[in-house]
Amino acid sequence: MQASNVFFLLMGLATLGFYLGRGRSLALAKDLRGIRDLHSLPNYYGYYTALWCGLPALLLLCIWVVADGSVLTGVVMESLPSAELPSDSVEYTLLANKISNLSIGVLPSAGQPDFLLDAAQQLRYLTQLSSWIMAVAVLALAMVGLIWGRAAVSANFRARQRVEKVVQYALFACACLAIFTTLGIVLSVLFESLQFFKSVPVADFVLGLDWSPQTAIRADQVGSSGSFGAVPLFAGTLLVSVVAMFIAVPIGLMSAIYLAEYANRSVRAYAKPALEILAGIPTVVYGFFAALTVAPYIRDVGEGWGLSVSSESALAAGAVMGVMIIPFISSLADDVISAVPQAMRDGSLAMGATHSETIRRVVIPAALPGIVAGIMLAVSRAIGETMIVVMASGMAANLTFNPLDSVTTVTVQIVTLLTGDQEFDSPKTLAAFALGLMLFIVTLILNIVALQVVKRFREQYE
Amino acid sequence: MSNSSKNLKKIQDSLVWRYRAEKAFRWCGIVAVTLGLLAVLALFLDIIFKGKGAFSATYMQLEVTYDQELLEIDNFADQKQLIVADWGALYKSALRAEFPDVRKRADKRKLYALVSNGAGYDLRERLLANPRLLGQSESVWLLADDDIDTYFKGWLDGDPYTARLVDNQVEWLQQLITTQRMELRFNANFFNRGDSREPEQAGIRGAMIGSMLTLVLTLILSFPIGIAAAIYLEEFAPKNRWTEFIEVNINNLAAVPSIIFGLLGLAIFINFFHIPRSIPVIGGLVLAVMTLPTIIITSRAAITSVPPSIREAALGMGASRNQMVLHHVLPLALPGMLTGAIIGMARALGETAPLLMIGMVAFIADIPGGFTDPATVLPVQIFLWADSPERAFIEKTSAAIMVLLSFLILMNISAVWLRKRLERRW
Amino acid sequence: MNTTATLGTDNMAMAAVKKPTEGTDVSPFELAAEHATVGSFEVENAKMSIKNVNVYYGDKQAIFDVSVDIGKNEVIAMIGPSGCGKSTFLRALNRMNDTVDGCRVEGDIRMDGQDLYSPKLDVVELRARVGMVFQKPNPFPKSIYDNVAYGPKIHGLADTRVDLDEIVERSLRRASLWDEVKDRLYQAGTGLSGGQQQRLCIARAIAVSPEVILMDEPCSALDPIATARIEELIEELSQNFTIAIVTHSMQQAARVSQRTAYFHLGQLIEVNPTEQVFTMPEHALTESYITGRFG
Repeated sequence: MQASNVFFLLMGLATLGFYLGRGRSLALAKDLRGIRDLHSLPNYYGYYTALWCGLPALLLLCIWVVADGSVLTGVVMESLPSAELPSDSVEYTLLANKISNLSIGVLPSAGQPDFLLDAAQQLRYLTQLSSWIMAVAVLALAMVGLIWGRAAVSANFRARQRVEKVVQYALFACACLAIFTTLGIVLSVLFESLQFFKSVPVADFVLGLDWSPQTAIRADQVGSSGSFGAVPLFAGTLLVSVVAMFIAVPIGLMSAIYLAEYANRSVRAYAKPALEILAGIPTVVYGFFAALTVAPYIRDVGEGWGLSVSSESALAAGAVMGVMIIPFISSLADDVISAVPQAMRDGSLAMGATHSETIRRVVIPAALPGIVAGIMLAVSRAIGETMIVVMASGMAANLTFNPLDSVTTVTVQIVTLLTGDQEFDSPKTLAAFALGLMLFIVTLILNIVALQVVKRFREQYE
Repeated sequence: MSNSSKNLKKIQDSLVWRYRAEKAFRWCGIVAVTLGLLAVLALFLDIIFKGKGAFSATYMQLEVTYDQELLEIDNFADQKQLIVADWGALYKSALRAEFPDVRKRADKRKLYALVSNGAGYDLRERLLANPRLLGQSESVWLLADDDIDTYFKGWLDGDPYTARLVDNQVEWLQQLITTQRMELRFNANFFNRGDSREPEQAGIRGAMIGSMLTLVLTLILSFPIGIAAAIYLEEFAPKNRWTEFIEVNINNLAAVPSIIFGLLGLAIFINFFHIPRSIPVIGGLVLAVMTLPTIIITSRAAITSVPPSIREAALGMGASRNQMVLHHVLPLALPGMLTGAIIGMARALGETAPLLMIGMVAFIADIPGGFTDPATVLPVQIFLWADSPERAFIEKTSAAIMVLLSFLILMNISAVWLRKRLERRW
Repeated sequence: MNTTATLGTDNMAMAAVKKPTEGTDVSPFELAAEHATVGSFEVENAKMSIKNVNVYYGDKQAIFDVSVDIGKNEVIAMIGPSGCGKSTFLRALNRMNDTVDGCRVEGDIRMDGQDLYSPKLDVVELRARVGMVFQKPNPFPKSIYDNVAYGPKIHGLADTRVDLDEIVERSLRRASLWDEVKDRLYQAGTGLSGGQQQRLCIARAIAVSPEVILMDEPCSALDPIATARIEELIEELSQNFTIAIVTHSMQQAARVSQRTAYFHLGQLIEVNPTEQVFTMPEHALTESYITGRFG
């Protein structure tokens, strides 16, 4: 029986449990002076029974589904003739995959050795057996739970408290998912990176000036050729981000100031949402715009001036990224500027300062921590931005600070390294995780610092 | 007071340049806002200008004979005959009949290239719908090849694109154009078909369905969990280190680059849990993990905006905390939460980078039928097309972007509407 | 100071005035239907003269037909229940109301004969001449020195650093803050105590040598000791400056001012020498207020 069917049966049982529990409490109430003599409302007794019926069984089901495959494969592999059993772990996994593919019929059985066919046959048998055992075990557990839960129902039983406790634990578990996500990210990038650093020393990776992973996949120089020097990628990322910031910071900041301090209500009502459209446009659209419109335009203009401009210039990618970040900076700046108390402005205006003097000498300095934090968040977004650079900047890792040249970035390389058809354990794919680790660390630091600064800033004016 | 009047003189003297600085500063602001708005305008105009052509396709009218011998079909019930039949031969013979002077092999190949090589299947559909046509001939509008499409649209605009056409082809086309047997028609294929290597046959239906499936899963996973987490943090969480740690985690996750979530999906979901690549399930999982922090944050904001007096009133009536949340806080905060969820979904709909990591970039021509069919999504389709060398794909890409943007605009408008409509002011 | 009722016709003005002796059952919740200010609202050597001023916030009228003179180097206190428009009126005197959206001022306000609301008048110059101290101390998030030097810097009053130092020291001394802060001039102004912050704001205001200082409940956020120091300071400053002070506390008005104006629901009810207002108010509403019947 399939796990999904078991699941639906289980849900049905739990619903039944609800009505049984509720019914019992109502029956009890009838003998007393009605529902008010029960400790909790009848529904709570229903929920209580349903939870006892559904929850342990559901847990069992989940564990079974997760563990099922690997346990059965293990059993089958054990039973293989030892001569056929590979010692290498990679080979072992391949063989196991082959057997499981054979057993579900994805792989045609024609031409496969007999021992494999036998193993597949056995696996198929075991899988079926296991699914039936699972169905029986889960449903039996559900029945036991149902009976147990229903038996607990009595007039003085504090069902509401129990049910609410379970609900609160469930809510808590949901909140903890955030931690598991972070943990998952850290573990996934960390483990693969550690593997990578086994073949390429950390120093070579962080300080090396030459990045050419393409040559390193040749069998004779796996991972040890020293061509995993990430400095050109860092430099490229930095260059594109700096260009982006040169566009985004002045425009974002000035438009925030103008809209917050000068613009009348009707201008603000239209201009602000219009600018925020930029934030809602998917990055792939910006990438298309950068690659097909901005980059050729910049190249043409540059050639008109006699400059040699790459058709994948860092300037094009950076400029478009800057446009993307404008609303990010302007809305954050708008927040902090509005958070500066009006009393501060009044104080300055009452001294006879002009509006711009008030803004430049009082409002901006007061909002500075918030603005700096906003810019840090924007930088973090710029270095993590992927699609624009994937589509509009190059693959060649040039170590240059000329924005008219083509550069490549950390995110571009992660995408290039992982979208090809490689074995998962090749140094090339692992290098992508090492780059991911760098990216994660840098953005994490920027984010934590920036969020702390913003928090302090908020507290200061509250 | 002499001191005072001396000061006054100085102040009056400084006024000229101070007002000039004031004006300059103000103008800087106006220029900045204008530049930002111009960027929006440039982006939209560029996309619309590039993409508007994709909603129509070039068709040419030819006299097609459904020649039984050519097709070698005598029985419509025989599926095998239908599959083996050379449907392309129909339009080829029609072309030959149209231009009987073309003799050389190479020229013939060029001639055949005028019509999309998918045209044979369109003819099959026509014939199957109306079997009596077998052996008859009729005048049919056939889909033109993408190069011809580009040429014809350019011809209409006065600047035809001939880079990939030979002189002969231009001549033939001129002949068809002067006899008014080429025209633009609504490109229904674009909305009804999946991806294709041939630009004129490529459509976004597959990507749209893929996006829908992925988003449904994202919503199912992230919305309830997000709300639950927000409720816990706002209503139940004790003020301790662990809670603070959770909060820091959520805030940071909201700012982690999206590509990192792709790495997470690749390492954990694909390599550890062995979920297959390229299917909406994995896409939905990754996007759900990615949008979860956003949804938690907006839901928390919605919960905080419910005034404490409501909570006190409920507790004062003897409701338990759970009842207070379920009966009072949640219904009042729900519009805000929904708005947040729509905005989160809009972000997920436009997300590309993490999906590249989990194999949703594969070329998939079939329209996915379920959560476990290989699929791609709209933004990834845009990325794939933008990477294609054929000029005709530029138009398709822009049109796909227009479709994507209209969905996003629709979602955002509904979010704004929802907020205006349902949100209470306290 | 001669007492003349110039507004409206005499008998109308008289009709509106009820002597306290005639009965005290005045409703504090209604505008006086036919209204005119009683008392000595005109002075001979007026620094500022306000005639028939109305202030509106959008459609709502906040100030009704107020006329009063502010004499040179006098301290005039404005009292009245909350929301009676004292602060609004005060902010009209240096056009701080310009910064409030939808606020409109009608009527005639002159300083030394110059129309403050004439289009030719420069607001920046006006505010340099009419300084203001706010209800809550609002030092800028800068050092103490920079707070005081702010005005002179933006107006270009000091040619050299030495000049600036001198202005800062003089202003801090006049605000009797110098001794407390001279060792920490470069620390943040926000680090001072509330009373010190308010004196810093006063020092900041007098650093540009204004002719008039407007004070909007300068002590309402301070403790009694800090309040006493500010009150002393006001008395010292009144030798050089014209001061208009809005206060919530009748005792404070009595202590620091020479004349007192009583506002009620946006109307100026009575202006008279402070002593007279607190001992023999002319208007029934004034009496009700000072005897604590409402407020």
